[in-house]
Amino acid sequence: MLQSTRETYGKTLVSLGEEQPEIVVLGGDLNKSTVVNLFAQKFPERFFDFGPAEQNIVSAAVGFASCGKIPFVSTFAVFGTGRAYDQLRVGVAQGGLNVKLVLTHAGITVGEDGMSAQAIEDIALISAMPGFTVVVPSDSVETEWAVREAAAIDGPVYIRLSRGATPVVHSGKEDTFRIGKAEVMRDGYDATIVACGVMVAIAHEAADMLSEKGIYVRILNMHTLAPIDTDAIVSAARDTGVIITAEEHFVRGGLNSIVAQELGAHYPVPLEMVALDSYGESGKPDQLIEKYGLGAGKIVEAVEKGITRKTG
Amino acid sequence: MNGQSGFSTKATPEHVDELGRHLRRLVLKTIAGSSSGHPGGSLSATEILIALYFRVMSHDPANPGWQDRDRFVLSKGHCTPILYSVLSECGYFPTEELVTFRTINSRLQGHAHTMVPGVDASTGSLGQGLSIGLGMALAGRLGNKDYKTYVLLGDGECDEGQIWEAAMAAAHYKVGNLVAVIDRNRIQNDRFTSEAMEIEPLEDKWRAFGWNVVQVDGHDVGDLCDALNSASLNQDTPLVVIANTVKGKGVTFMENNPDFHGRAPNEQELSDALAELSG
Repeated sequence: MLQSTRETYGKTLVSLGEEQPEIVVLGGDLNKSTVVNLFAQKFPERFFDFGPAEQNIVSAAVGFASCGKIPFVSTFAVFGTGRAYDQLRVGVAQGGLNVKLVLTHAGITVGEDGMSAQAIEDIALISAMPGFTVVVPSDSVETEWAVREAAAIDGPVYIRLSRGATPVVHSGKEDTFRIGKAEVMRDGYDATIVACGVMVAIAHEAADMLSEKGIYVRILNMHTLAPIDTDAIVSAARDTGVIITAEEHFVRGGLNSIVAQELGAHYPVPLEMVALDSYGESGKPDQLIEKYGLGAGKIVEAVEKGITRKTG
Repeated sequence: MNGQSGFSTKATPEHVDELGRHLRRLVLKTIAGSSSGHPGGSLSATEILIALYFRVMSHDPANPGWQDRDRFVLSKGHCTPILYSVLSECGYFPTEELVTFRTINSRLQGHAHTMVPGVDASTGSLGQGLSIGLGMALAGRLGNKDYKTYVLLGDGECDEGQIWEAAMAAAHYKVGNLVAVIDRNRIQNDRFTSEAMEIEPLEDKWRAFGWNVVQVDGHDVGDLCDALNSASLNQDTPLVVIANTVKGKGVTFMENNPDFHGRAPNEQELSDALAELSG
């Protein structure tokens, strides 16, 4: 079943808006796309569209937060990070303010809009700021959990969502979701695939393909990139001896970099990666996933290569 | 309510003059403590902050987090020497702390940060303060609060595009509880604003963006107060006060001298400046 994470975000925000009157929503003329138009319809007095002026949006959120409001800022990932980076840095991160950045249309699966609209550096940008919590939900179920937890945390949070509908990989009955605590979705002892966002579903595909070959992998859903779950990474390294990261992000500064840093510091094992090594282009999301090396087949290759590097 | 300083209830021009000299001496001593800081824009903004903190704004140094207080955003965040001097004079923290400015382990950061009691917004990268003030003003309106938000902008700072994003949005949302003050001292970091980036006709630009505009002598506290208080007359339109000032005001060799935008005075210069301000 496919479900849109941004639609879930929009609905969750309406529900949260009823529970928490301090929530305000700030948009930038993309409110149908980010689905915060649902909040705008329900709570027009608590919704502010500033047009495509991302610097102003983020700094205004700083002002709202400093007066006790809980501002949710929503636009496309490429604009909400890069276009307003200095405002996020000085105002939100250095001020330690309670601003929620929920950005959609991240990664190359934006598709036809092409490389200018495809944020592949956003995780690096946001996780480079001390104090920011960074969450990349894998499906709509996890999106609702993440948005609810983000509203409950006092501090800056970035939630990265996609454009397209994504396979639902949770039943909804799991009650283990906690920001900062990775989820073991499938267990195996030959290797661990650490994935986030849309790559979690693709990791499941890869794991199915591998099991047909008699290779059994652990899937670690690393939905939170900051703060990182060091224990889950170390356990995976110790139990399976090799890690393969899978992310819809540039190879530097994202999941692979973060996991490599943890392994290097705590438990060095071979590390393979499935990630982007260039900007994308216009095309259909599934075509882009294949062309830019993010498909299940690439994960299978990386796992098999990683296993050959295992020692002992 | 108003600042706790003994100056706050005294309206005579003599007291304002002495307060101005006193604060300017504090500014220079504050900068001298670390031989680092921005004297020019602090000296030009002295009367603007006197008008705000000792006459116009409702605030309570004993309760910096008071929810109904008027807000102040130092968008030209490098002019902390005058802001910290005023805050200490109001009683937000001891005056003796000023000499720790820009030194290790001090909370008096080089650029404004909310870790300092009385500082409402962290700034330092130009252009962000008007948007922050816009958010504060909208939050106040949403919460049915009657506080106002005052934002101090530099004239060179108006080169930043974000200022105009915020200006457009403030008029669009009819944010009448937002007041911008421009310290129009005609000098920015490297040189005169007319050389670096011509911003005239400044008044026309703000009017075109939908703001009420008042021009005043930025060293006349009475005129500044009249202009600032006129904001309450119109609740649908934001107000900008263009305060025409002299950079480095009060110290002859610093006045209108781009060299003292961001340079601390040396020992002899400090001594000469304090002597001039001692009268």
